[in-house]
Amino acid sequence: MRDIISSLDFSKEDFLTIFSLADEVEKGKKLKLQEEKVVATAFFEPSTRTHLSFTTAALKLGAKTIGFSSTEGISEAKGENFADTIRMLENYSDCIIIRHKFDGAAKFASEISNKPIINAGDGKHEHPTQTLIDIYTVYKSFGSPDNLTYGILGDLKYARTVNSLLRGLTRFKPRFVYLISPEPLKARKEILSELNYPYKEIDSPSEVISEIDVLYVTRIQKERFPDEMEYEKVKESYTVDENLVNQMKKDSIILHPLPRVNEIDRRIDSKPQAKYFYQASLGVPIRMSLLYKILSGEW
Amino acid sequence: MKNGLIVSKIKNGTVIDHIPAGRALAVLNILGIKGNEGNRVALVMNVESSKIGKKDIVKIEERELNQREVELIALIAPSATINIIRNYEVVEKRKLNLPEKIEGILKCPNPACITNNDVEARSRFIVISKSPLVLKCDYCETTLTEDEVLRQILL
Repeated sequence: MRDIISSLDFSKEDFLTIFSLADEVEKGKKLKLQEEKVVATAFFEPSTRTHLSFTTAALKLGAKTIGFSSTEGISEAKGENFADTIRMLENYSDCIIIRHKFDGAAKFASEISNKPIINAGDGKHEHPTQTLIDIYTVYKSFGSPDNLTYGILGDLKYARTVNSLLRGLTRFKPRFVYLISPEPLKARKEILSELNYPYKEIDSPSEVISEIDVLYVTRIQKERFPDEMEYEKVKESYTVDENLVNQMKKDSIILHPLPRVNEIDRRIDSKPQAKYFYQASLGVPIRMSLLYKILSGEW
Repeated sequence: MKNGLIVSKIKNGTVIDHIPAGRALAVLNILGIKGNEGNRVALVMNVESSKIGKKDIVKIEERELNQREVELIALIAPSATINIIRNYEVVEKRKLNLPEKIEGILKCPNPACITNNDVEARSRFIVISKSPLVLKCDYCETTLTEDEVLRQILL
């Protein structure tokens, strides 16, 4: 039994094992669980992509799914607390996938439940399965996440996908990572203190854009800001437009964990560098591989 | 008076010595001593110490400390020593050791941390550095500095 709370819960070997299995699934391998399993999706915070891709992945493995995708239909809306909801789901399922608005909710759930917990996003903290998808997209595009220059652009303070990606990259050998954000959205110091690869914090992508192999763009998420005024000051502080993309290498890629708002101009979608929809399409094979490892007892 | 006896010996109770200068009031706060409990309490501040330069001392008659109180004192005064006195003699000397985890004592400063939003989720901090003191919330990973710890304890 294994909980997935942080991308640091994966070793390099774990990443490569999942990538290899996902690759086989993409090539047509039928991945099926030997025993009937039930997967609970406990999405206390709205989600479309992550919820649907986990559900699809579970169904494709032959598992049944139960759960909810907002708190409106569950007893929490009647006052039942989070811990009791997890206890209930633990009784009904073999694995619980949690999304929650509070930081640390998945870890807390893992202390309550004896069934594996998968963190599908907890507040502004982590989103480790998105990192599997992000690094897998890089792996598919370049053959390896190593020796590449990354530019991570946007809200590096409140974006949980950034925390998980920065940590996930510690398992590999990036050539260089540029952390590009306006001053109020700089990455958290406690995350930066863990990084084992060269990085630099800058405030504009223009000077380094021609060096970058992987440009990872994040959305500014209004719901994560403790203060609405702070959000208003930075909400449109960066946009990836045609002018910027024209300065990028021809074989570079642009990723985004989606959904996007205005941070990527829609005219970029047709450019060869735009890989964010391809990235989203890899969610199901990656999550199938992860669920398979956990539910079959291999992890 | 460099090394003179500022206050007299106590018969039974606890002497907390080698408190970093200026933190005796925080120690009293941790122990919940407001002055109306009836125990005789002696407080000495900013006296010379060969070990730590300047120190504070707290003497409390008829009271021995529990584990939680000892852990809290370790957070803000790791150099302190606790002497248990019975019949004017030191019967036990306790050196403070900061535990690796601090549970249920401090509050996570992140309002969106699960520990501030669920009655069952008890706060837990991992000690990242003892000097200067840096703690990290085991759930949301927000860090807590020595100043913030002091502020919480003094509130």
